[in-house]
Amino acid sequence: MSVLLFTIIVLIGAFLAGLLGSLTGLGGGVIIIPLLTLALNVDIHYAIGASIVSVIATSSGSAAAYVKEGITNIRIGMFLEIATTIGAICGAIVAVYLNANYIAILFGCILIFSAIMTLKKKVNHTTLDDTDKWARFFKLNGSYPDRGVDHPYAVKHIPGGFFMMLFAGTLSGLLGIGSGALKVIAMDNIMRLPFKVSTTTSNFMMGVTAAASAVVYLHRGQIDPGIAMPVCIGVLTGASLGSKVLLKTKTDKLKIVFAVVVVFLALQMIYKGISGL
Amino acid sequence: MDSVKKENLNDKDIQLILGTLLRAGVIISMSIVLIGGAIFLVHHNGSITDYKVFKPELNKFSSIAGIFKGVLTFQGDAIVQFGILMLIFTPIARIVFAIFSFLIERDYLYVLIGFIILAIITVSLNGGLTH
Repeated sequence: MSVLLFTIIVLIGAFLAGLLGSLTGLGGGVIIIPLLTLALNVDIHYAIGASIVSVIATSSGSAAAYVKEGITNIRIGMFLEIATTIGAICGAIVAVYLNANYIAILFGCILIFSAIMTLKKKVNHTTLDDTDKWARFFKLNGSYPDRGVDHPYAVKHIPGGFFMMLFAGTLSGLLGIGSGALKVIAMDNIMRLPFKVSTTTSNFMMGVTAAASAVVYLHRGQIDPGIAMPVCIGVLTGASLGSKVLLKTKTDKLKIVFAVVVVFLALQMIYKGISGL
Repeated sequence: MDSVKKENLNDKDIQLILGTLLRAGVIISMSIVLIGGAIFLVHHNGSITDYKVFKPELNKFSSIAGIFKGVLTFQGDAIVQFGILMLIFTPIARIVFAIFSFLIERDYLYVLIGFIILAIITVSLNGGLTH
């Protein structure tokens, strides 16, 4: 395939991945990797390197808007970034030594898990009980504005959340994805944060987490300009369009259709991984 | 009460600057990627791609020094890589900014947390663990 044709195909694919990733909340990374490896036969190491770059671009771009609105809890974000960056670097280092087939299988499993998570009904776990001594020490309790009203919230189970973040960071570094699904579990279910705060804070953390593993990937030659260029431009433009559409349309039906497609892609990746062993 | 209010105002200002910093970082680095990409496509118009097998030894721009060398000779792929490097540094710059703002707020615990994150990233940046 010529360089020009390859660039155009990846650009279109990445645009669609970014668009659908932002509409469903899965993120562009989890869609662009199967596309590159299954449809274009790109080695998964290159696909991961390109994907992590697009994760930095989209998360930084959307974090800019959320941070300005004052919803993001910067203290929680920074505190948990210790865990995610350590995890990300460990994951990125392990990825180098791991056979591409094992990565593909693991990727497929995480993909299925993320798809199920986007369909699950969210249960509100928020609490106002601000007696947790860790939360007090690290000043993690806060409030967020919604239609002019300030909603206070309290944070719980900090060590549990921290440990889960270590795991989320490792997967992010290992697979080149934002691992938003895991981050939201850690913050919603374990730490009891309100959805608005957990999704925006998770997004805020993604940039630094991805940067930590991107540095390792860059050194290992996994970030190839020929792939990373169309991927990050495509995913970023697709994701920005998606976030604009998201404000106007309901995405419940789309989520189901899309989850089915994602599960299909995931099974393909697992199959490819197993048959290559 | 007054001091609490002042602190909140500070927080708002910080959030505004932080948001602007992130957006500027993304726009600037993506513009560089776009320019580099155009040059790369013009120069490699007839070439054939092959990413089937991971060959890290073929990547000329896998170090910061290598990227700068390539940018000076105006190679498209090096300029793309330089834009990506700037993109990687955008969230890192965000941490540096956060350290300063917590310093102004005299929240030394979070100054320390910021430095810990920077230290973790620096370790990987040095490549000490990767080679």
